[in-house]
Amino acid sequence: MNNIGLIGMISIIVAGGTMAIGSIGPALGEARAVSQALSAIAQQPDASGTISRTLFVGLAMIESMAIYCFVVALILVFANPFWKYVIEHP
Amino acid sequence: MELSPDSTILWQWGPVRINATIVFTWIVMAVLSLGSWLVTRGLTNEGKMSRRRNLLETLVTFLNDQIRATSRQEPGRFLPFIGTLFLFIAVSDSLEIIPGFEPPTGSLSTTAALAICVFIAVPFYGVLQKGVLGYLKHYVKPSVFMAPFEIIGEFSRTLALAVRLYGNIMSGTIIVGILLSIAPLFFPIVMQALGLLIGLIQAYIFAVLAMVYIASATSVQKRAEEETNKEGKGGS
Repeated sequence: MNNIGLIGMISIIVAGGTMAIGSIGPALGEARAVSQALSAIAQQPDASGTISRTLFVGLAMIESMAIYCFVVALILVFANPFWKYVIEHP
Repeated sequence: MELSPDSTILWQWGPVRINATIVFTWIVMAVLSLGSWLVTRGLTNEGKMSRRRNLLETLVTFLNDQIRATSRQEPGRFLPFIGTLFLFIAVSDSLEIIPGFEPPTGSLSTTAALAICVFIAVPFYGVLQKGVLGYLKHYVKPSVFMAPFEIIGEFSRTLALAVRLYGNIMSGTIIVGILLSIAPLFFPIVMQALGLLIGLIQAYIFAVLAMVYIASATSVQKRAEEETNKEGKGGS
């Protein structure tokens, strides 16, 4: 297999693996954060404003990890520097 | 496929390039300036409250309340910076629904510039509040050995701010683009509505995180914000 095929194959496999593995942790973390926030709101409805504000900020922080994985996967698929190098220097 | 509006070059003269990001940023700036000029024109205190004044007061009161709740300090000094960040990101994300407009926050250069603004504003407000020595003292607060981690944290949270906003907005644009080629009839509209919501939430989160970072540099006794700040450094 030549370099182009090898780089394309590895990029796509790694991009899929990045999304699959990288979204497990944030998914578990978000589920836990939301369930805790819901039970907190159910116990203390008065504090729902503070809880939901903190929840949004926390969710964004957890989610940003999945977003990093997504950015890496997109770069691998659409803007791979090694792919460009191989195309330019055959 | 284009990942960001950076690669669309509209005008070039020697080494000077005007790409789509800059032009869309100018459009957002023009919309904001024109809007604020229209709203504040002929502002009076008498008579019935006009609709423009009501809009302005709603916005400023909302921003003030959020800053006060996040930082537990008086919002007066922080309002121009935080409010500008929030309004700029919110307007540039919301204009996404106009066909042909690509949000400038979907480019890493714009978000990096915004994050560097926060990076500079944190020591600025800290020095303004506590003096140079007082600000530098918080680097060696538990012990001297924590100083490298504090400095690494400053850089990593700046990077996290930039990549978070960029990734969220850019992924919205890319998903709409991919869906247009798969199921062009109805689903792109749903995803675009979701993108509007995500854009507003990200604008809010960017402003709140900037406020949390500034508050951790300006307050000495507030343990709560410092803990939030450390979670931010470690977790993102």
